[in-house]
Amino acid sequence: MTAPVETRRLTKRYGAVTAVDALDLTVRAGEVYGFLGPNGAGKTTTLRMLLGLVRPTSGQVRLFGAPPGRLDGVGALIEGPAFYPYLSGRDNLRVLARHAGVPSARIAAVLDQVELTGRAGDRYATYSLGMKQRLGVAAALLKDPRLVVLDEPTNGLDPAGMADMRLLVRRLGAAGCTVLLSSHLMTEVQELCDRVGVIADGRLVAESTVAELRGERTLRLVAAPLDAAAARARDLLGADAVRVTGDGLDLAVPPDRAAEVNAALVGAGIAVSELRACERSLEQAFFALTGGGRR
Amino acid sequence: MTDHIRAETLKLVRRPATWALLAIALTLSVTFTYLIPYAGYAGGTGGPRADRGLDALLPDRLVGNSIGGLPVFLGALMLIPGVLAAGGEYAWGTWKTVLTQDPDRLRVYAAKLVTLCLAALAGVVAVFAAGAPASLLVALAEDRPVDWPGVADLAGGVGAGWLIAAMWTVLGALLGIALRGVALPVGLGLVWLLAVQNLLALIAAPLLDWVARAQKALPGPNAGSLVAALGAGTDTPGVAALVGGGQAAAVVAGYLLAFAALGGALLRRRDIL
Repeated sequence: MTAPVETRRLTKRYGAVTAVDALDLTVRAGEVYGFLGPNGAGKTTTLRMLLGLVRPTSGQVRLFGAPPGRLDGVGALIEGPAFYPYLSGRDNLRVLARHAGVPSARIAAVLDQVELTGRAGDRYATYSLGMKQRLGVAAALLKDPRLVVLDEPTNGLDPAGMADMRLLVRRLGAAGCTVLLSSHLMTEVQELCDRVGVIADGRLVAESTVAELRGERTLRLVAAPLDAAAARARDLLGADAVRVTGDGLDLAVPPDRAAEVNAALVGAGIAVSELRACERSLEQAFFALTGGGRR
Repeated sequence: MTDHIRAETLKLVRRPATWALLAIALTLSVTFTYLIPYAGYAGGTGGPRADRGLDALLPDRLVGNSIGGLPVFLGALMLIPGVLAAGGEYAWGTWKTVLTQDPDRLRVYAAKLVTLCLAALAGVVAVFAAGAPASLLVALAEDRPVDWPGVADLAGGVGAGWLIAAMWTVLGALLGIALRGVALPVGLGLVWLLAVQNLLALIAAPLLDWVARAQKALPGPNAGSLVAALGAGTDTPGVAALVGGGQAAAVVAGYLLAFAALGGALLRRRDIL
């Protein structure tokens, strides 16, 4: 099946500044793809290029195998919602539905989908941040899209609003819609996404599943005497699997070998005070890939 | 395209500023075209132009009176909707919202211009419609004959008025796009229309030949020449028969097309940030 989003050596330069640098990105059909990166890494510029808002300096964008044309089947919320403040939520969607050439019946459907029907007649200017964000998602859903591009959709939302947004993204994914979700919230991406791409300084530095990015789960051991524990662990697991870090050992073995390790150490007269499964969070992986996240 | 025009019309019609500008335009037009001159005539105030005459306020002068303000003060009011319609999309960040629904920028822009030009036509017709009862009241109050202009004269006046109004409103759209906002384009547009045009006409042109010649190619003086050819009083600011009516109409139409094309080229070429 043709990839909903594919970029080849996509580049955007503003004078001497390279905002996006030879980006190769592939979002597969039906997946929720997390697009991660620190502020200023080039995420929004990339998304704007996908949608034709920003002209690439070089490189290619393909949506469903073709250059972005009328954006049929593509919905987007880019860098926060933007609507006409003097119009109601419903009239804002009416304006957009006319531009998109979709029947006005879709308006009620998407308002219902984002649970905004009750306030749809109120002026946009009176909406809370969460309601504005939901209206933005409603606009993105107007064309009943096969691909939804969401740029920081939970920005400014309270915890309940964030939970609602996550639920919505899950529902979209479950309904077979491809979602390209740009975010800097690791927990959000970790919970929602099938695969992630990490961008730093305009370059894609990693693209894989969340699990692959976080790496294998390992064991953390604290024992005394530490030297003896390290020697016994090397005998049991192999030298490459044992690393002394701080006051303990990192053991590069699956957590289900914990009982075996514990028995071997205790049998050798070593006092084990801590033995636990350990895995890298997505945040740790992200910082490792993006240079600590400090720019 | 029809759907896009309907979308733009909804935005324009629901915008409170549209109605406020129309109300201001009609109030100013009736006040300065009929009320104040009639007060000067009826009250015998002894103002320097109080003898302008009752004839200038009667129904048969409706065409000239209705379009006489378009070269300057009504033109300034016509420019603002153009700025708001195009520059407002930058100010609110709504270009991205619209262009992700339909990324064909020129189609969206064309619909915006068509809507603005229709609004300009409605504005001009409204000025005629407000002037007609005012002139009728003057005629009835002074017991003068009520002779309306012929249909052809009315149509020519509305057409010329629309051409000038459309030129200014499309200039507003161009400024909104070029400067990507609202405040600066409105400010610069008004400075040009209300100050620079007058300075050129009243101070620079009488002193410098080349400025006087250049006046014949500028939009404001051509708009003034066009309305002068259709009967607008040359004592109205900005109204002077510098060139013939036909040439003026052609120049104004040329500016309308040039402003539209330049705005489209800028919108199409530049990134939406």
